[in-house]
Formats: sequence, C-alpha cells, structure tokens
Amino acid sequence: MSCSRRDFLKQSVAGAVAAAAVPTVCTVIFLEPGEAEAAVEGKKLRWTFLVDTEKCVGCGLCVQACKTENEIPYDAPVSRTWVERYVVTKDGETHIDSPIQGRDGYTSPEIRGEVIDPEDIEKAFFVPKLCNQCDNPPCVQVCPVGATFQTEDGVVLVDRDWCIGCGYCVMACPYGVRFFHPVTKTAEKCTFCYHRITEGKQAACVQACPFEARRMGNLGDPDDPVTKIIMTERVQVLKDEYGTKPSVFYLGLDERVR
Amino acid sequence: MKNHVLRPLWLALGLIAAVLIARHFMVPDDFGVHGDSFTYNFYRLGAVKYWEDFPAKYQGRERCGKCHDENAETIAASKHSIIQCENCHGPGVGHPKTVKQLPVNGSRELCLRCHEYLAYPSSLRSQLPGIDGNTHKPNKECRKCHDPHQPDLEG
Amino acid sequence: MSTELVVHGAEWTVKELFVYPNEFIYWSIQIVMYPYMTGLVAGAFVLSSLYHVFGQKDLKEIAQFSLVFSLALLPVAAVPLLLHLQQPTRAMEPLLTPHFTSAIAAFGIVFSTYGLIVISEIWFVYRGYFVAQVHALADQPGIGTALRRLVYRALTMGAYDVSEEALATDHKAAKILAAVGIPVACFLHGYAGFIFGSVKANALWMSPLMPVIFIMSAVVSGIALCMLTYIVIMEWQAFRNRRRGGAVQATEIRGAEADIISKSTRYLLGFLVAAISLEILDLIFRGYTAMKSWDILRSVMYGKDFINIFVLQYTLGNLVPFVLLLLPGRTIKRTVVALVLVLFGVFMMRWNVVIGGQAFSLSFSGYMHYHIPIIPHSVETFKEGLFGALTVAALPFIFFWMINKFVPSLRRDAGS
Repeated sequence: MSCSRRDFLKQSVAGAVAAAAVPTVCTVIFLEPGEAEAAVEGKKLRWTFLVDTEKCVGCGLCVQACKTENEIPYDAPVSRTWVERYVVTKDGETHIDSPIQGRDGYTSPEIRGEVIDPEDIEKAFFVPKLCNQCDNPPCVQVCPVGATFQTEDGVVLVDRDWCIGCGYCVMACPYGVRFFHPVTKTAEKCTFCYHRITEGKQAACVQACPFEARRMGNLGDPDDPVTKIIMTERVQVLKDEYGTKPSVFYLGLDERVR
Repeated sequence: MKNHVLRPLWLALGLIAAVLIARHFMVPDDFGVHGDSFTYNFYRLGAVKYWEDFPAKYQGRERCGKCHDENAETIAASKHSIIQCENCHGPGVGHPKTVKQLPVNGSRELCLRCHEYLAYPSSLRSQLPGIDGNTHKPNKECRKCHDPHQPDLEG
Repeated sequence: MSTELVVHGAEWTVKELFVYPNEFIYWSIQIVMYPYMTGLVAGAFVLSSLYHVFGQKDLKEIAQFSLVFSLALLPVAAVPLLLHLQQPTRAMEPLLTPHFTSAIAAFGIVFSTYGLIVISEIWFVYRGYFVAQVHALADQPGIGTALRRLVYRALTMGAYDVSEEALATDHKAAKILAAVGIPVACFLHGYAGFIFGSVKANALWMSPLMPVIFIMSAVVSGIALCMLTYIVIMEWQAFRNRRRGGAVQATEIRGAEADIISKSTRYLLGFLVAAISLEILDLIFRGYTAMKSWDILRSVMYGKDFINIFVLQYTLGNLVPFVLLLLPGRTIKRTVVALVLVLFGVFMMRWNVVIGGQAFSLSFSGYMHYHIPIIPHSVETFKEGLFGALTVAALPFIFFWMINKFVPSLRRDAGS
C-alpha cells in the first residue's frame, strides 16, 4: 500500500492537468473571448470606460462612427453618444453647446451663434458623453416590464422585442443618455458596442478616436491598463450625488461640466 | 341564501386565472431573474443574444492594411497615422465582396473637424495645426493641395 | 420626409440654451391626462364611500351616481397610456412580466383590483334592481326588450333571491367593499404620484410629498366632477320636465338639491386645503434648502411658469373657488363656476408637474418649451396633441351614458 513519490507526483500532475482542463474546456464551450480571458485568469469581467477630456479635440469622429455602427438614423437629432463644448469666458459665463450632438465636429469658433473673442476665453474644452452603464442603474429599476436590464459584465441593454415604449427609463436617467429610436420605437441608448466588445473588437467610438480620448477596460482585472489608471490616478464621474455608481470615468473633468 | 355574496369573488378569481394562463403562453420561457438582483437582472435572456449577434460595421485599419499595404505604410509614417481609414472612407463591412469600392469623403468639413483652429489653450485642440476655414482657400477641397495620407506639405 | 422618421418629442419641443441632445419633452399631454383621470376615479369613489361607509344619508343620491361614474372613468384612465405608448400592442406586458421595482408595474395590479371592487360594489347595490327588471320585462314583446332582459339576467349572475335578508346582505357587502375600496382608490392615485415623486433624476418631481399631494388633489377633482355632473344632469332633467309640463315620475323631476351640494362642498374644501398646504410646504422647502437644482427651478417656477403656477393654478384654480364656495348666499350658478375652476385648477396642477418638470434640462443650463400639437397632421400629433386629450376627456361621459342605460344611477328607487 505504499505510495511512492513517483506515483504521488504522477497522480498530482494528472490531477492538476485534469483540473486545469475542466475550466479550459468549459471556457471554450461557454464563454465569449473577453469573458474567457478574464475567467481563466480568475478575474471577473466588468466593463469600464475612461474618457480623457484633456485629449478630446472635438473632432466628432466618435459620434459619426457610433451612429453608423449602431444604425441610428444619421440625420435624426438623437445619438447614443455626443460631445459637448464648454467655453468659459472671463466674465464668468459658461457657454455650452453640442451642435448635432457633435456629429460633424466643431468647425467654427461660433458658439450658439455668438462669436467669442479668443482674448475673452479663460478655458475651453470638449467633453464626450455616453451611457454610464451604472452599477445601480435607475433606468433599470423603473422599467415596468423588465425590458431593460444589466448583464453580468455590467452593461445595461434594452430588449427591443419587449420594450413597451413608456419612456419611464428615459425620464429616470439623470444623464439624459436615453431616447426613443425613431425606427424601432423602443428605448435606445449606448450599449458600449456590446456586439463588438463581446467579440474582442473595440467599441466603435473607441476605435474611431484618433487621440485615445476614449478607452475601455476590464475593471475586474487589476492588470488592465485602463483599470490601473482608474485605480491609481485622479478620476471623476458625472453626477455622483445620484448614487448611480457610473462605470464611465473621466480625466480632467472640470467643475463647470453639466 | 347567503352564497350569492361570493359570486363577484368567483368572477374575480376567474379573471385572475385567465391572466395567469395567458401569462404561461405569452411570456417567453427564458424570462426571469438572471443574476443576483430582481431589480437589475430581470429580463429575457434572448435579448442578450440579440445584441451579441448585432452586425459589426467597422473593421479596423489592420484589416484594411492587409490589401492596401502601400497606403497603410504611407499613412503610418505620417502624422495622420492616428486616424482610422474608416473615419474618412466609411465602414469596411462587405468590402470587397459586396461593396466594390468604399466612398472617399473629400469634403472640407471632414478636415475642419480637427483643423479649424480654435484658440482653446486648455484643450489639445489648440495644439493641432489649423486654419481659419473662412479665409484659407474657402470652398476649395483641402485634398487638392494636401494629401490626406501624407498631409504635411513640408515633407 | 416621406418616411415616418419621427423622433418622439422633437415635434413639440423647442429647446433654449443648453439642453442635452437626447432630451425632449417625452411625457406630454397624455401623461397629464392620465393622473387627471385616475384622480377623478379615486375622488369619485371616495365621495361615494362617504355615504356607504360613513352613513352620510344626505349624500345617498350623489353617492350612487359617483360610484357609477367612477366605473365609467376607470377604462378611460387607461386610454391616455395606450395613446402614449410607443408600442401599444405590448400594453399587456405589465400584467405578464411585472417588474415590481417600477411604480408603473403596480398599475396592472392596482387598476384591476380597483376595477373589480367597483364592479362588485355596483353589483351589490343594484342587484335588486336587476332582478326586478328581469321580472318586469318578462312579458313584454319585442327583440330589443328581449335583449335587455338577457343583459339583466346576465347581470344578476343567477342570484335571484331578493328577500329582506338577501338585500341586507347586499347592503353589508357594499359597505365592506366601499370601505376596502377607499385605501385601494387612494393607492391607485397615490402610486401615480409615486411614479413622479420617486424619479430622482427630475429635480421638480423628486419629493416624498408627491404621492400625498396627488391623492389630496385627486379627491378634490373627483368630488368636484361628481358634483358638477350631478348638478348639470339634475338641472337639465328638471328643465326638460318643466318644458314638457310635468307628469313624469316623481323621482326624476327635481333639480340639484341644496343640502347635498352643501355637504359635498364641505368635504371638497377640506381636501382642497390639505392639497394646497402640502404644495406650498414643498415650495417653501425647496427654496429654503436651495439644492443644486434650485437656481433653474426658481427661474422656471417664478419666471417662465409663473402664470401657469401662481395665476392659473393657485389663484384661479384654488383661491377663487375657495372664496366663491365660502361666501354666504351660495347659489347653484356660483357653485358651478367654482367647481369648473376647481377642475381647471387640478388639471393645471397635473400640467405644472408633468410639463413643468420637463421645462428645464437635466443639465440645469437650459429650458424646453412645450408646444402642444393643435391640428393633427399625423398619428403621433393626434395621439399626443389637443385632439387626443379632448377624446380622452369626452370618453367618461360616453361610457357613463352607456352604463347608465342598464345601471340607472340617478333614480332614487333603483339602488339599495
């Protein structure tokens, strides 16, 4: 009944290989590439977004890409994402605009029909906005029929075949990111390009941005470069007083930002 | 006969039964709580698949470069290397099989997105080389003088 | 545009200064009509219960009438929602997959419960009459009569015992239902207030007082509408009778009776005071605590919407009728004017909450103006426009007329 060291080693290795094989096989069968990577390394997948307003130049290529990728009618006055311009003048006024949601970029210094003398500008910057995919999404809480929900990896989606179009979720969002899709006539919003990120692709806006003002990462992976920035550098979120716990973080967010 | 008092109750119970039966047939089987919380995870599982299966349009410059290697090299060596091909040429889905040629957006407006100079010292925008769109060759397409793949006129 | 590329809300929203791109006035006139109609439902029921539960004998006739009117109002309360939904064919879903964390999900349950209570109570009150009609129409000729008899037979649900005992049981059952129905009616409208009050994203709506304010003003509007309709019908019947020269059943010739009006008015004023007090309390608190939203709210309430709120709602809709109803020598005419103003005031309250809450942007840096579509030029501008609202307003009277053909709520001798 003696168990030699060799036998013991053999059995241990066999056991370890078997133990490793199970999750690997399960990974291949059940999980998406992003989830697979996260799972095999023992990390949970939780999507996060980082907007760097120091880098945004207001080119609007992200809005163009988003509308095209996600089939939002190009000329409709709604968009899953948009870019705002803030110009703070020496008299203390804040001028804000977002012409056609920033879809065509900012190709004129005129803001809301007003020409501002560059000498009068204290500071000016651009702020991209999108659905914050909140951890405690108030929009999901108020949906009467379960047509909008939060996935396990933290993205809030809308069930186009079940939404009754009551608009409660649109009213409940403090950030104003939701709207009614003019064609499907159901609630609509940014999905972090769920159809792309679950295939290992980048979100359309992230890919389109030439200046890396938009980045995505996995908050469940401490080695993720985006996560590292969020954890170690000074970042902000929008309207945290509502208790929504947004998953979109900002660098360089000014106190004037609405 | 006091039992007539309960008649409305039977009617009510009948209606409730009708709703419950209707629910059994009309609610998809995969509808339920898929997660820790009824508040946030109450939904039809098939909805996730709808979004996963949604067709992607943009392909990314690596795919473009596989065939258009010359252009890819030129642009990679220029200051415009940071711009995706599809930003100016539209999404590459279906190309080349079903879409023979992608459009070229040659409008001034496209270039002015970055190159209309805006004097915003606190923004990266003011550090981009730019012009006043109203005075610098107005109504002329930028690409007549500036090659978008190699825009720097000074080489 | 040839294709119907309608961005819901864009048609009737005008933006001023900075408003988020996706913001429009999504909850428009039909969402104003909805709490207004459910408020009338709740109020009418409470008035009816004042007789059935608290034994206010003088209110018997108006109580009977308001009970049936409450039933006529009930299906109408659902119509604004059907007109508003972007996907009305999916309207049953709140009953199929109710997400109970949403106040709107409560709608299916509360609405159905309340409907069952009202229908049951009406059955108990009029069962004796149904049975009497079955017997009375038994020997009369004609297809019309035969059909009427069939309807009455169905309405009796097979319970033909009209002994003293049985009728006493009916009376008791009606009393219990009237009592149980009060909290349910309050819940029906209270939750409508909760729908708004729980939206933390909306600086004007977010308030724990909202459900209570809504209930109070709902009861006010319900009582006012019942009183008004009662007066109009009774006066018209009296007028018609006078023109014919009398000789009609004694039960139908009288006009509106003074003591009924007097009693109802007292309740109306009580609830009116409660409603106004809560609203003013809310206003004072907001100004005192001056939260982040106070600047824009102040500019909306004391600036852009000043006339809507302080002139139309508080003065014309609350203060003036208050005075009119309290001054001595109250006439039917003066009462009618006061009641119309009260109904207008409650409507303005709903308008100022729903539309007022969307008059400012979530950015707190811009405004939205609501231009209600007057002449419809599309399905959407009808549904969410003036004519859609007028359709909803007219329906309860049509339903009431239909129901009244079988359940005569204005006859003294019909109900128990």
